[in-house]
Amino acid sequence: MTTLPASAPGHRSGARGTDGPAHRAGDPSRRMGAVFVSGYVVLLLAFGVLPTVYAVWLSISNSRGQLVGLGNFIRTFADYRFLSAFGHVLLYLVIWLGTLMGLVVGLALMLHGRMRRTSAALRFLYYIPGALAGVASVLLWLIMLDPAASPAGWLLRAFGWETLAQVIAPDHLPALFTVIAFWTGAGGWIVIMYAALNNIPDEVLEAARIDGAGVVQTALRIQLPLLRKWIAYMLILAFAAGTQLFVEPQLVSTVSWGMISDSWSPNQLSYLYAFQAGDFHGAAALAVNLMVVGLACASVVVFRAGLFERD
Amino acid sequence: MHIVDSPAGSTRPAATGPSPAAPRRRGGASTGLRTRAAAARLLWTLVTGAFLVFFALPVVWLLLAPTKTDGQIIRDDPFSFGSLDGVVTAWRNLYSFQDGVIVSWLENSAVYAFGALLITLVTSIPAGYGLALTRFAGRRLLLTTTLLVMIMPNVALVLPLYLEMEAVGLAGTIWSVILPFSFFPFGVYLTYIYFSSTIPQDLLSAARLDGCSEWRVFTSIALPLSRPIVALVAFFSFVGNWNNFFLPFVMLPDSAQYPVQVGLNNLLTSSAVFNTSSGVGNQIMRPELALATIVTVIPVLLVFLFSQRALVSGMLAGATKN
Repeated sequence: MTTLPASAPGHRSGARGTDGPAHRAGDPSRRMGAVFVSGYVVLLLAFGVLPTVYAVWLSISNSRGQLVGLGNFIRTFADYRFLSAFGHVLLYLVIWLGTLMGLVVGLALMLHGRMRRTSAALRFLYYIPGALAGVASVLLWLIMLDPAASPAGWLLRAFGWETLAQVIAPDHLPALFTVIAFWTGAGGWIVIMYAALNNIPDEVLEAARIDGAGVVQTALRIQLPLLRKWIAYMLILAFAAGTQLFVEPQLVSTVSWGMISDSWSPNQLSYLYAFQAGDFHGAAALAVNLMVVGLACASVVVFRAGLFERD
Repeated sequence: MHIVDSPAGSTRPAATGPSPAAPRRRGGASTGLRTRAAAARLLWTLVTGAFLVFFALPVVWLLLAPTKTDGQIIRDDPFSFGSLDGVVTAWRNLYSFQDGVIVSWLENSAVYAFGALLITLVTSIPAGYGLALTRFAGRRLLLTTTLLVMIMPNVALVLPLYLEMEAVGLAGTIWSVILPFSFFPFGVYLTYIYFSSTIPQDLLSAARLDGCSEWRVFTSIALPLSRPIVALVAFFSFVGNWNNFFLPFVMLPDSAQYPVQVGLNNLLTSSAVFNTSSGVGNQIMRPELALATIVTVIPVLLVFLFSQRALVSGMLAGATKN
């Protein structure tokens, strides 16, 4: 995007903003519009569209380039690790989404409308762990979850856990991943929910108060229904992201003395297919499964939840 | 951490409290209301305080850990301060891991994150502008695709991306990380929203009438106005790429090429704390792991703290009360 032909200073007329008849093919805005987006379109094609198409092609073909229909999908479904990997993630999603929705909305409601300064400080402090995303947060939590070194060791021992191995037992993982994800991500969502609550006109709340509604009544009958769109948005995004779990189980698995399988999540399984078995077609089939889930969530947000009705 | 200790310090009437007029009207009920308000305030303090402990204490612990030895971490009060010498020792141990590879990891992260940032800005700012203020064939399709790709978790595309890079012979090179990083639909979307809501069409039309070319309109009118959005896109792109693990983990075969996130994973697996068999010959214990984590997040934290105000206002543009 360095050298661009300077278009002739066109004499322009007519209203803009709609794709009306005023926009003929020779319209300078039309041509330049395409130039402005061209760099991005190249990236979109190369790193968005092309890998998607390529993955779909690989998932329905074999190593000799022959079409095999759903063969790769059926093969991966039959893998004994397939159901357990998807089962793990499903269980995690149930716990994680429930916690996220309940606590984020609850905390945002509590912080809203009370003690401005304290509430602003709290929101900021809740938000800080967001800087420790990915590996950093898992690493920190692996130490936090070790009864020997954790500042909350007494709490862990109260549950009857004396060693890290007992804490990261396979049954506990969905709950532990929820704790880590909540610690890193909830602060940002609380800020967003708080802003959405700010958007509710004072008069509406005032009217409710005059009608005799208490805090709980106001929250349930007025604030929650008005937050509905944002809660839906949060849940859909969190769901799509949750299906893509990789770092957390990967790191926990490497320190678990072989106790936790390295195919705990679907993404790990797909990684194993590609890099351990060299089976790129199976890996692609697994990736396509996840892409379909992600795309379905994205479509719901874009077309249904109505959050992007800007155009 | 004494922020929640003074609920009484609040001057704003709480939403739950009795309104000033209420006691007079309801007479005898006022004592009951006051007790209830006090109970509500206590509950508020307890709950928000408990979450403050949950969110903040691990961070405080992390900051203190490198000042101590591993033994001190286990035996001493978790929130005690060791000594500054402790930090020096921890750094020396960390640095001795594979002959200072930690520094190469940080350099790699910087190259990947800033390289991608540059390409992201050069492509996404004009694209957002083009989508917002010009009309061209395929505009709606491009907008919809952008929204879909933006919301789809990018992890799903990592394996296909690897195969694509492998097919063109780029897998394992720095381009296999920088190029996919620089594709940032979220940035295009932010820019699009910004330009469609801030620049009045009339201003552009006036400039055109005065003889400005489309390119001049962009560079002389839109770009100077776009500083806030450039900052916002840069922040999100930088943080996202700096923290990304899966893509470089899959693309890069060699430890010397790792960004610091993948390096941390390496440290973890080579530490005697978690893996007795592989901890031979290095001193990577909890203080070193904590220090490595801090070093890893410092760039993000700095950007984060400096731009907090701009970020929150930018993120919430349109969602806040006027």
